[in-house]
Amino acid sequence: MSATAVLFDMPGPKARRRYLTGGIIGSVILVALLAFVVYRFYVTGQFDGQKWSIFEYQQVQITLLLGYANTLLAAAVGAVLALALGFGLAIARLSEHRWVRGPAFALVELFRAIPLLLLMFLFYYAAPSFGVTFTPFWAVVIGLTLYNGSVLAEIFRAGVEAVPKGQSEAAYAIGMRKSQVMRTVLLPQAVRTMLPTIISQLVVLLKDTALGFLVTYDELLKQIKQLAAAPEFAFPLIPLTIVGGSIYIATCLLLALLANRLEARTRRSVKVAPGAAQAAEAAGTAAQGGNTMGGVPPTGNL
Amino acid sequence: MHSLADLFAPIVDQWPLYLQSFWVTIQLFLISGVASLIWGTALAGMRVSPIPVLRAFGTGYVNILRNTPLTLVFFFVAFGFPYLEINFSFFAFALIALSAYTSAFICEAVRAGLNSVPPGQAEAARAVGLTFFQTLNLVLLPQAFRAVVPPVSSLLIALLKNTTIAAGFSVAEAGTIRSNLSELGYAAFPVLLWVVIGFLILVLPLSALQRWFERRWRVA
Repeated sequence: MSATAVLFDMPGPKARRRYLTGGIIGSVILVALLAFVVYRFYVTGQFDGQKWSIFEYQQVQITLLLGYANTLLAAAVGAVLALALGFGLAIARLSEHRWVRGPAFALVELFRAIPLLLLMFLFYYAAPSFGVTFTPFWAVVIGLTLYNGSVLAEIFRAGVEAVPKGQSEAAYAIGMRKSQVMRTVLLPQAVRTMLPTIISQLVVLLKDTALGFLVTYDELLKQIKQLAAAPEFAFPLIPLTIVGGSIYIATCLLLALLANRLEARTRRSVKVAPGAAQAAEAAGTAAQGGNTMGGVPPTGNL
Repeated sequence: MHSLADLFAPIVDQWPLYLQSFWVTIQLFLISGVASLIWGTALAGMRVSPIPVLRAFGTGYVNILRNTPLTLVFFFVAFGFPYLEINFSFFAFALIALSAYTSAFICEAVRAGLNSVPPGQAEAARAVGLTFFQTLNLVLLPQAFRAVVPPVSSLLIALLKNTTIAAGFSVAEAGTIRSNLSELGYAAFPVLLWVVIGFLILVLPLSALQRWFERRWRVA
């Protein structure tokens, strides 16, 4: 039991009995719930071998793997581009010149306010009337880049602002130029404190590739839907969704684990001022205002 | 390219469709917002409760739902439930998917808020003999409220934007305007432009409000 244990005393005999009663009632309700779900699965034949036998076919396995590869590819390209865009927008937002800061602020606000799916629709359906045609892959990647780039820009900015003021003052004092201060002093520290938040945003990005399903990108979910229409396996939509969901969950949990590791390492490190990491984390949570949901424990954000 | 007349054609000719679709969007947002606030807070209560079974359930629920793409949740509810012979309207399915997903995030925001209250508060409450529920309701939740409002309001903004996913699952909300009007021969860009404008009108005031909350209720 962690910090929450302070909510209740070490239970005495009476409380222990009460907890036991609560535990039993809770378990009964949960077991009943589970039994209901299993029963629904059972009566509708979801446990039939015929439905699950679809996974025995090599062609099906390859289709699923290719879908997963497409998901990862869109996520990887989107992540790289979003990080680059985020860097650019963050530096622009921190600029001293109003004519740089203003448009950057407007862009960040705009792309964070438009639903990601609509951004993808714009590139997939609307761009052709301007003479540019995007494949579903690029529609997904550009949508992911614009949206997550704006969110990452806010994360980087919050990270830079959380670096103690003395750092940039000292850098200026020894005669560094503005770009040097940013590049060699502020950004490395900001990225370091923000790494867990950045990774959880990348988890969001990974999850949002599933929107590609709605603009006909051949990612995992779309393959699942196509395979689910197979009458020879009695329409195995439920088994496929369970397997597909497990793949997504496993991938995201792996990334979350990485974020936790990094956070633990950052905490241990003496190079980060003790207050800075917390401030950055708080700012990071705030910076993610209005993003698509997703993420991992360290931020406690959507 | 589009002439000015082309740009305004969809909103001028089809504004009833826009109004109707955005009204469905707002309904989805309000109903699933309230549902996920209630269910999310209940989950947070489970996750901090002294009963291990409830804690395990809360943790499992949150871990599964937070790491699944919302589109997959929609997929499971809208296409999977009929296979389990659970049949509601697509609107109800969308409500279930949106609230099930959002509540996992609300739960974590509320829990983070509870953890932000200094432990001495809970200790003092216990010392004067308050029970778990009294400690939670009278001491912790009122204080956690300030820390919880800004993140929860950004979750609700995200929920509002996420309603567009329902468009892929047969709910006639703002995301479906494009496919409806392209059947009538309207060009995609002007149609989508007005949908985007509609969302900006809904989202920008909310995010301004959210920033105001954040400044006003910053926990020192």
